Amino acid sequence: MGTFILRRALSSVVVLFLCSVAVFVGVRALPGDPALIMAGETATPAVLTAIRHQFGLDQPLPVQYVDYVNQALHGNFGISTTDQLPVSEILVQRIPVTLEIALLAIIIGVLVGVPAGIVSAVRRGRIADYVSNAFGLIGLSVPHFWLGLLAIWIFAVRLHWLPASGFVGLAEDPVGNLRMIVMPAVVLGMGLSAVLMRQTRSALLGQLSQDYVRTARAKGLSHREQVRHALRNSLTTVTTVLGLQLGALISGAVVVEEIFVIPGFGKLTVDAVLQRNYPVIEGVVIVTVFGYVVVNLLVDLAYAWLNPRLRVSGSAR
Amino acid sequence: MTSDVVALPVLTIGRGTRLRRRFLRRPLAVLGLVLVVLFLLLAVFGPMLTPDPLVQNLSSVFADPSAHHLLGTDDLGRDELARLASGARVSLVAGVLSTALAMVVGTPIGLASGYFRGWLDAVIMRFNDAVLAFPFLIFAVGFAAIFGASLRTVVIALAIGLLPAVVRVARGEAMMLREQDFIDGAVADGARPAGIVFRYLLPNSVNALIVQATVAVPTAIVGEAALSFLGLGLQPPAASWGLMLTSAQQFLVQAPQLAIYPGALIALTTLGFNLLGDGLRDALDPREGR
Amino acid sequence: MTLLSVEHLRVTFDTEDGPVLAVKDMSFTLAAGEILALVGESGCGKSVTAMSIPGLLPTRGVAREGSIRLADRDLTALSERDLETVRGREISVVFQEPTTSLNPAYPVGTQIAEVVRRHQKLRRGQARQRAIELLDLVDIPDPRRRCANYPHQLSGGMRQRVMIAMALACDPKVLIADEPTTALDVTIQAGVLRVIRTLCRTLGTAVVLITHDLGVVAEVADRVVVMYAGRPVEQAPVASLFAAPQHPYTIGLMGALPANALRARSRRLAEIPGVVPPPTSDPDECQFAARCPRADEHCRAARPPLQRRRPDHDTACYHPGQEATHA
Repeated sequence: MGTFILRRALSSVVVLFLCSVAVFVGVRALPGDPALIMAGETATPAVLTAIRHQFGLDQPLPVQYVDYVNQALHGNFGISTTDQLPVSEILVQRIPVTLEIALLAIIIGVLVGVPAGIVSAVRRGRIADYVSNAFGLIGLSVPHFWLGLLAIWIFAVRLHWLPASGFVGLAEDPVGNLRMIVMPAVVLGMGLSAVLMRQTRSALLGQLSQDYVRTARAKGLSHREQVRHALRNSLTTVTTVLGLQLGALISGAVVVEEIFVIPGFGKLTVDAVLQRNYPVIEGVVIVTVFGYVVVNLLVDLAYAWLNPRLRVSGSAR
Repeated sequence: MTSDVVALPVLTIGRGTRLRRRFLRRPLAVLGLVLVVLFLLLAVFGPMLTPDPLVQNLSSVFADPSAHHLLGTDDLGRDELARLASGARVSLVAGVLSTALAMVVGTPIGLASGYFRGWLDAVIMRFNDAVLAFPFLIFAVGFAAIFGASLRTVVIALAIGLLPAVVRVARGEAMMLREQDFIDGAVADGARPAGIVFRYLLPNSVNALIVQATVAVPTAIVGEAALSFLGLGLQPPAASWGLMLTSAQQFLVQAPQLAIYPGALIALTTLGFNLLGDGLRDALDPREGR
Repeated sequence: MTLLSVEHLRVTFDTEDGPVLAVKDMSFTLAAGEILALVGESGCGKSVTAMSIPGLLPTRGVAREGSIRLADRDLTALSERDLETVRGREISVVFQEPTTSLNPAYPVGTQIAEVVRRHQKLRRGQARQRAIELLDLVDIPDPRRRCANYPHQLSGGMRQRVMIAMALACDPKVLIADEPTTALDVTIQAGVLRVIRTLCRTLGTAVVLITHDLGVVAEVADRVVVMYAGRPVEQAPVASLFAAPQHPYTIGLMGALPANALRARSRRLAEIPGVVPPPTSDPDECQFAARCPRADEHCRAARPPLQRRRPDHDTACYHPGQEATHA
């Protein structure tokens, strides 16, 4: 188990390194001179040189990278080129907003998707299965941005139940905050629950046809207890899928925040790219990858905990 | 896996016939096929049969359906049906091209990775994980920013996004196949590694790759729509389903139908491909319980 | 005294390619404490027959006709809920693959204790104690420690012993052992068979042993039923069968010549040329005719019934016995 975690952690560091290099180089390939954008079209060459020097843009790329990593490890991601605020400060402001939506979406996704998948597998070929399957297929086929628009049209434009867009912090106005994030969170959670439903169903069906379930049946255990046996072995798949869906969730957040005009991490990303805001883009990417890596490590831990073969013998598979 | 209690003999009916019968017996699979065919018809023939999707007529904006404009007009008085058909063609091009690109690049990589294993596999899979680790939309947004927002950029970005899944599937197939006798036989007969990958592994992985492609196409279609929706794909005045939704968002009060048509087409097309993919997989995989 | 009787069992699987007649017309009886071997090539329907007894066939897509009586109850008439009280308590099963037949996620002790708790309403501690006793009974050393082990920490032979312990936990009347040693290493097969035989003799458990290994039959069984294409073709006490096999199929299995019969004891079924007929139709003819050197028009015109040819020795053949050679 120790070696398993260590190996995972090491490979996470490699992933983090590769991504940070890719982004660092990629961002510098962006057209448009950030010094020019910062100083404005009328800046003199001397001012541009000064700005380049100030932000280290005149150094060779590897030097810039090492310098950047060094600073980032100390929590310093540079200064945003558009509003001159420290990137770390902006991130600290924006991330909780997205986290709140994402967390709510995950809760909705798990609470809807996993039970639906279980019911669908257990009542295979019955009405409940067809209903769950239809839900799963529709959830999988309806993109976030359309579901979001439909939700706005129905709940904001027609029924006036919820605001179409805008945002208030959770601390300032909890009720108002909830009213504003419920639509984005449900939109995001629906897609997730569809994926979870389908994966849970297929994992559980796979396990239900395993020999050990037949053994449980031969022991005289009830159908319910047979399902318990199979479910225990399906949970590993479900946790893995949840980990893999994180990327999709972040992608979804970008779209959803754009639709509902929520000042979160996703909107920050799109705006940063459109404004060629290097330091923010880099910060966004590093944080994204770091978060992804950490969550996957947690998923691996959960996986190891659920799978005794990994727990005891360490590096088996 | 399953017990030998139900070890049934494989009957010798022609493989193609058998496959078609298994597929056609699933109503949902047939529905998927129908939806996909309708989408293809709209994308291929739609633009020929409808008015120019770019011609504006500011004197009849948000027009109701009429003989002249079957689905009415949009905020600039353009024929909605024509724009939907034109958008379908964009979706088709984006979906098929990016999938083809990802398959052509990813299949050999995955097959080689799974067949040779060792350090090559380790490096490829590390890289694959890194690409997977990255939220696709954030990557695509940056990619579009670097290379400019256009259909070509979108196709390449989508292909890169689809790559890891293709590599993974091809690798899995190769790892399964390399354990089989006929590969050993080919090696014993002196087949070269490249020959084994293309002559033996590739043909035997076709089924899995086709199923993967039916998953990739709708992913790409949604991806194109999402990027265009964010303003990072096709640019106005071109007609793309995603772009149409962007402008429709401003007119939700006056003309909600403008937001409903393109979205419904995206959903139905995606649904069609998903059903088709499920049906194909079930038909190809005789095991119960999928 | 007859404990279990199967009469005119017919099992049809509904598949995408049409119905498959896995068992066509199977009848046999099992006396209390008796060890009966069901022998035949793979696909002859022996496993399906065995799994029909405790109702372990898939719940859908399977049609089962005929009767299966345990003492005075018809098991085919029981609901799934009632069958649950029979399985594991009156009829237990040991499967072929101990590796996949145990749940990888639970310690073996828990999996054994589960049966006891299900049927005997013991408390957790008592059930665990019983699991340790059972592991000791099937000769697993250090049972107290082994109880906490997961299946993957045990060897194949030990896993099968765990399966046996689980099956015998509630003193069942009938144990169905479906190829219990086929998946095991040759060197440990004998030990596992010995455990089954001695324990069942001690506990008075009757056994239906499914196998295609004639060596196993000779070593363990009291009586043998030979199956072919979903029907019994010969049944006899083990000594009588090995001394004088009557059906050409049985003779084929043993290696044709009487002199070889004894040597055949220690090996798998001999290869018989030809293939088993497809289980999609059931014409009125001897199903073995296509592969039989003795077959004539009579064999192809009507199915031979199972008839008593020697004391307690039945054969379904028009040309039985060792000398009956036709062109």
